[in-house]
Amino acid sequence: MSAAGQTHRLAAGGLIDRDNRLSFSFDGKSMDGFAGDTLASALVANGVKLVGRSFKYHRPRGILTAGSEEPNALVELRTGARREPNTRATTIELYDGLVSASQNRWPSLSFDFLSINQLASPIFVAGFYYKTFMWPSALWEKFYEPLIRRAAGLGRAADKSDPDHYEKAWAHCDVLIAGSGPTGLAAALAAGRAGARVILCEEDNRLGGRLLSDGGTIDGIDAAAWVAKAEAELRSMPEVRIMTHTTLTGAFDHGVHAALERVNDHVPVPPEHQPRQRVWRIVARRTVVAAGALERPIVFGGNDMPGVMLSSAVRTYINRYAATPAKRLALFTNNDDGWKTVEAALAAGVTVAGVVDARAEVSAEQRALAAKHGFAVLNGVVDHVEGGKAGVAKIVAALAGGARATLEADGLAVSGGWNPSVGLTSQHRGRPKWRDDIAAFVPDGAPPGMIAAGSANGEFSLAACLMEGHSSGAAAAGDLGFSKSAGNTPVSDEDAAYSLKPVWTVNSKHKAFVDFQNDVTASDIALAAREGFQSVEHLKRYTTLGMATDQGKNSNVQGLAIMAELTGRSIPETGTTIYRPPYVPIAIGALAGHHRDENFHSTRLTPSHHWAAERGAVFVDTGLWKRAQWYPIKREKDWLVSVTREVKAVRSGVGFCDVSTLGKIDVHGPDAGTFLDRVYINTFSNLAVGKARYGIMLREDGIVYDDGTTSRLAEDHYFLTTTTAKAGQVMQHLEFCRQVLFPELDVQLTSVSDQWAQFSIAGPKTRDLLRDIVDPSEDLSNEGFPFMGAREVMLRGGVKARLFRISFSGEMAFEISVPTRFGDALVRNLMIAGEKYGVTPYGTEALGVMRIEKGHVAGPELNGTTTAADLGLGKMMSTKKDFIGRSMAGREALVADDRQVVVGIKPVDKARRLRSGAHIIPKGATPGPETDDGYVTSVCFSPFMDQWIGLGLVKHGRERHGEIAMAHDPVRREDYEVELCNPVFYDPEGGRQRG
Amino acid sequence: MRIACPFCGPRENGEFSYLGDAKPKRPAPDAGQDAFYDYVYLRDNVAGEMEELWYHGGGCRSWLKVRRNTVTHEIFSVEPVAGAGAQKVAS
Ligand SMILES: [Zn+2]
Repeated sequence: MSAAGQTHRLAAGGLIDRDNRLSFSFDGKSMDGFAGDTLASALVANGVKLVGRSFKYHRPRGILTAGSEEPNALVELRTGARREPNTRATTIELYDGLVSASQNRWPSLSFDFLSINQLASPIFVAGFYYKTFMWPSALWEKFYEPLIRRAAGLGRAADKSDPDHYEKAWAHCDVLIAGSGPTGLAAALAAGRAGARVILCEEDNRLGGRLLSDGGTIDGIDAAAWVAKAEAELRSMPEVRIMTHTTLTGAFDHGVHAALERVNDHVPVPPEHQPRQRVWRIVARRTVVAAGALERPIVFGGNDMPGVMLSSAVRTYINRYAATPAKRLALFTNNDDGWKTVEAALAAGVTVAGVVDARAEVSAEQRALAAKHGFAVLNGVVDHVEGGKAGVAKIVAALAGGARATLEADGLAVSGGWNPSVGLTSQHRGRPKWRDDIAAFVPDGAPPGMIAAGSANGEFSLAACLMEGHSSGAAAAGDLGFSKSAGNTPVSDEDAAYSLKPVWTVNSKHKAFVDFQNDVTASDIALAAREGFQSVEHLKRYTTLGMATDQGKNSNVQGLAIMAELTGRSIPETGTTIYRPPYVPIAIGALAGHHRDENFHSTRLTPSHHWAAERGAVFVDTGLWKRAQWYPIKREKDWLVSVTREVKAVRSGVGFCDVSTLGKIDVHGPDAGTFLDRVYINTFSNLAVGKARYGIMLREDGIVYDDGTTSRLAEDHYFLTTTTAKAGQVMQHLEFCRQVLFPELDVQLTSVSDQWAQFSIAGPKTRDLLRDIVDPSEDLSNEGFPFMGAREVMLRGGVKARLFRISFSGEMAFEISVPTRFGDALVRNLMIAGEKYGVTPYGTEALGVMRIEKGHVAGPELNGTTTAADLGLGKMMSTKKDFIGRSMAGREALVADDRQVVVGIKPVDKARRLRSGAHIIPKGATPGPETDDGYVTSVCFSPFMDQWIGLGLVKHGRERHGEIAMAHDPVRREDYEVELCNPVFYDPEGGRQRG
Repeated sequence: MRIACPFCGPRENGEFSYLGDAKPKRPAPDAGQDAFYDYVYLRDNVAGEMEELWYHGGGCRSWLKVRRNTVTHEIFSVEPVAGAGAQKVAS
């Protein structure tokens, strides 16, 4: 590989390092470039014109731009798991070994089978989705969708998980500046000198913006030298932060911005521990948008052919990258700026074939230049270009007088004028305003604290950019009270007015493209106009104009102009669509950051987690928690075997379960009892110190919200528990009650969920085990520690614990709380002390089995539709006090006597498995909405009953104990007889838990 | 969006939970079902300035009254509700 391939590399110049040769490949062909190149500039240097196929018609496409707005030169970058589709060749920094491939072509870029779509283009016109594939609908899934998916894809995503990582970060500053062209640099210098904390974001890998391509003179020195000097001064200021490779993509409320930093896209593999990309949220008090302007194409026949390039991009390739897109260049312009490309080409030794200028007059200097270099200046427009996938060969101009002229050239630079980048300033639904003198939209106001300056504000001369940049940077800092001198305004004598004659489209018989990326032609817009889709929002959706990844940056204004002309309206009357973030495409992976795979959300581990993991526990995710579901022992292959063993061990001996996931709240203060009376349906102010009580909370609409036990540890100190699922919500609800509803109460709430490790110890041998753990001075007898007792105890070894004699299993049981740091030690000591009692750890499954056997309601019954009475707990509702939900709980429908209430359910055939979700209908009835009496909510295999049992919500359930009904399960296609029964299957008298 | 919590300073909106209109007041216990129905279900759908309740769950756990324009998101004031912080309101 040698420089021989770089047929279009200029002999001198450019911001490239000719000593640092880089090898890369495109579609399997090896080529060379230099450090400082982009993939696009390296392809240009190698004379590559054809780089991709278009989305719909598979037309051959080349490189149109030199920036992130590129609609055509989309490539697949890298290989294997790191393959990334739809990357813009114009923004990819070249590195040694870079592998890229064209996309959307088969079998090869040069011969593409689906380019026959062009021949079928009449069916791919605007709205083709709606028209062509509507009928017959049966064909949609079988035929149309697969066809479209294959034909209209862009690149292919990697088929393996992305091995790189991405992160998110926050930054804060006084003045945020988007863009580091002359405007942004002047603004950063002014704000930085004044003393403000500045962040300067630059999408490119180096500062300078258009100065890197256009040069010029600032403060009497060459632009490149001025940029270096400005950068050195900025880097010397400790409060100024320069972020290259960083695109400001969104402006949100109150000065919050989003930015994408491509940290390691310019290397093949990110260094260890470094992300590929980073999404920033930058909070700024003031924002200066110095994002510049984008040149726009003109719509003429074959304007999408490889070799047709925006004039400013041609200049960038020649001046910045020393790579010429053409050996013999023609220009089609409607403004003076286009002529700068002619000057750049001539200076680089490129032959200029001629200029087609839409304006009747060009300046004397321009005429002299043409005369000196012997090229024609034609007054008119380009009608179409001729050539093919290898690039343009001929340019056919329609002259003002009606004649035609032809230029022979292998490249055509096009300038239709400039559009200020109004994206960021318009993201809060701002509609930019039209300026006739520059034939472009400019910002009309901006979100609070934001201002546009320079080209982004429609000021295109270098002198004006410097002046406006400096003044807006100084003003932003001054607004915030930074009073040091902003220094002198950088000056330039380049202040020529920008002269332009708007030309949007040329009435050509050839296919002329408005939106390159979505293949929207001028005739598509005409069709939309004829069919009544004249509003810009309709135009957009009907034709897909502006809906590609470039979001219409290259196409929207031309599209609007064509629609305006067709409908006899002005462009501002036709209007613009809404601008939304992000300004450039962002990979979903970057937005996700580290929140993927096992880090998708945070994980909470119980205090006994590590011990349980050592024992080989099977864990289940409950919210953020990982809870031990069961503890298999040797040769137990089936979960039901393990769970049944655990249940039997508890019922016959002793077992324990980690219940630390319950929400725990300390309630302190003289009014604590009154407060609890108002948030629970039952009364707590009369609870004796040293006692616990089960409580139910309602929502204000009368539906059950949550349940749990509350203990009174002191006159002014209660401790309440919530369900695991509702821990956070109940805390918020109680704070609402305390702060908003009852501010007169002297009570404070403290979340202590993470402070206490809590275990339920259950079974007839519980007391034996506890006596080996608790200090001998503590009385654990039925008299000394009766059912529903609660108090602090001392453990052997001197750790203070809280002990609650409450039972969820129906067995003799205690819950014990120790500070979380002792949780692991407690569980290990329970195992040691419990060995002689056969102590058995049990998981959430066994916990569930025992609560169903005991008829306790839980999540499946507290499902947001049930009242306390539905759950069989209506008697708990105090009639002597007000509480949250009391009034609404009395509504007619909530006290109707045909409500579905909790009932026990067991299959008549004892061998049959009961399933949650099965519907209960009267025996002999035909299943249907009228005969549906309710459904099964919770099921388990009950070792005690030796059969599957369950709880359900069934109409008139309490009066139907003993009735044989039908379980109808249309999902599993099962119908079987069940007996409705008392939900308390196990020890209905409650003797065991009280013993 | 950023909300200036009077206890914690300006914080990002991910730290807050939204409740909605701060206007409805919980009726007296004996006000009857209609009054509670209004309180629980009926809300104005304001396009413009409105007083709202926000909860700083990711910070000091205070409930805050935020005057905000629901269209522009401009925030005019942020105040703690009567019972926020450690204070007790005299009954
Ligand atoms: Zn706060």
